[in-house]
Amino acid sequence: MATIYSEQKPPAASPPWADENAADEGARSERTRLRLPAWLPWLGGRVLSGLATAFVISILVFAATQALPSDPARVILGPDATEASIRTLQAQLGLDQPILVQYAKWAGRALTGEFGVSLDSSVPAGQIVADRFGNSAALMAVVLAIAVPLAFLGGVALAIRRDSRADNWAMNAIILFKALPAFVLAIGLILLLSTTVFPILPAVSLLDPEVSPLLQPVYLVLPALTLTLTVAPFLLRLVRSAMIETLEADYVAAARLRGIPERRIVWAHAVPNALVPVIQGIALTSRLLLGGGLIVEVVFSYPGIGNALNAAIEVRDVPVIQAITLTMAVGVVLINLLADVATVLVTPKLRTSSRPWLRNGTRAKLKLKAGGV
Amino acid sequence: MTSKLSALRRDPQARLGLVFAGSVLAMALLGPAIAPQSPLALVGPTYGLPGDPGALLGYDYLGRDVLSRLLAGGRSVLWMSFAASAIALALGAVIGIAAGLSKRWIDHAVVWGTDVLLAFPDLILVLLVVSMLGREPWLIVLTVAVSFVPGVIRLARGVTLGVVSQEYVEAARLMGYPWWRVVLLEILPNIATPLLVHLGIMLTWAVGVLSGLSFLGYGVAPPAADWGLMINENRAGLMIQPWAVLAPVAMIGLFALGTNLLAESISRAGSRIGVRRGVKSRARTQMRGKKRRQREKQA
Repeated sequence: MATIYSEQKPPAASPPWADENAADEGARSERTRLRLPAWLPWLGGRVLSGLATAFVISILVFAATQALPSDPARVILGPDATEASIRTLQAQLGLDQPILVQYAKWAGRALTGEFGVSLDSSVPAGQIVADRFGNSAALMAVVLAIAVPLAFLGGVALAIRRDSRADNWAMNAIILFKALPAFVLAIGLILLLSTTVFPILPAVSLLDPEVSPLLQPVYLVLPALTLTLTVAPFLLRLVRSAMIETLEADYVAAARLRGIPERRIVWAHAVPNALVPVIQGIALTSRLLLGGGLIVEVVFSYPGIGNALNAAIEVRDVPVIQAITLTMAVGVVLINLLADVATVLVTPKLRTSSRPWLRNGTRAKLKLKAGGV
Repeated sequence: MTSKLSALRRDPQARLGLVFAGSVLAMALLGPAIAPQSPLALVGPTYGLPGDPGALLGYDYLGRDVLSRLLAGGRSVLWMSFAASAIALALGAVIGIAAGLSKRWIDHAVVWGTDVLLAFPDLILVLLVVSMLGREPWLIVLTVAVSFVPGVIRLARGVTLGVVSQEYVEAARLMGYPWWRVVLLEILPNIATPLLVHLGIMLTWAVGVLSGLSFLGYGVAPPAADWGLMINENRAGLMIQPWAVLAPVAMIGLFALGTNLLAESISRAGSRIGVRRGVKSRARTQMRGKKRRQREKQA
């Protein structure tokens, strides 16, 4: 109380800069532009945490492939290898050194993209990843380019028509597609579209390696359709529930009472606020796409990174397995990082606070709400 | 609880889910007993079409009876799914509740740990371990469970944090109950619904992952009958004998759909009742009883 009634210095009649001349104007805008954004420390912490995650992931991958009780040399050469050849391969893989030395050497090489030579085809493992990664990235880009707008528009439309007959039917269809495993869907689509019922699309993706997969759309249709059907329902439901929650907020009711047209309320007031769960949801689907993508790529023989991993696991090609799993896991970490940054940037409350704090388990909650990934 | 169950029984979606999942389960359990042929016997032509009176679904790529293999092949994937989901639920719930109740830094460390594990797509973590350590069933079950645990931890921790700050937990603590009693009688009953829903969802995933795993050739070893394996074996003959692939695909899809429908309707029933009417608690009831008795005594 005292502070309120105690005599205070009257505020300057005008802000200090009001009477400054135009020359200072430039300097001031310079200053505001140079002032660091409030969320920068958070970004630093988030990047550090991401790096630490990547470090632990590298340990996990290394442990699973080289340090587990099973001897990789024995696994690679099979049960009837001679002792001498096992010893040679052990020396070649560096398995005779202490485990920490092995890890340090391996991690050092992995940082420069050097994973050793593939045991199967004597091509550098990094090269294989780079070759196949483009194909998978093209497939994923197509899937996201179809699924995200579809889910967004569909989710908003269903949220507006909530509990109508169309909404009910759409939700039932979503439960159906969400439940089916990716390879069940893939085989269903093959049966429907390339063998018995309508033989119009190729069941196997025989891509010409010289040409970008985006220029050979015939082979992309079925894999992309399968992945879209597994990913879009999840995203659509996320958008729908986020929109329903937003449309029930007080400020939307206030906007309606003020007589603002409904269309404007939905697109200008509600949609930007329903964006956060959608961003996090897209990040979650990346994980879904990588895991489901592996099986879909195998079903359609699509020459992507998942198919390469499957082939490498079949012949126990340790360097390639390490390179691909590490790339995938670090890729997921990177996507999560980007999603968190985007979330902070689109939320004014988080953007302007010095300690942006993504709510506890935002992702876990989303997962529950959308019925999981 | 009874009202929840009756609400569930009236829900047509829950009934449908129960019928789907239940019939697949019954078929997998009773199937080996009623199979007309041995699942391993070569009894017909390669990729023989259905048409013989003995073979309703035709023969597979070696000439084995598809129907018998279908009836025999459900047990492996179903028990492994149930085991993996149950282990993941138990392990994740214990760790998650512990994290929600413990000090801030332990909590943060656990959440960060789940972040690390969540960076591996489910199937890839499992593939990585199975390819290096072998394909024993218990190993596969354990790995799938481990890949599901982070999700359960996050969920259990989140709902625990929501419950711990409630008055009835505080009341129970003030009444001097030991911590295990608070956890078992106050916290656990109130976070059971989301965990149960998650169990249903995990079952759906587990069926997908495990049948996918044997589809890729890392699950049950070849001569045995298994739905995922059957799809893989007969894929080459899809044009000639589609039934050999379609039948196991339909079983897997039906079971996944059934568990998912059940989970959905449990989640809806839970959100209808639990939150609105307020959660009853043993401690609160006892306190009310004490107050009433005191009042009666005074009167």
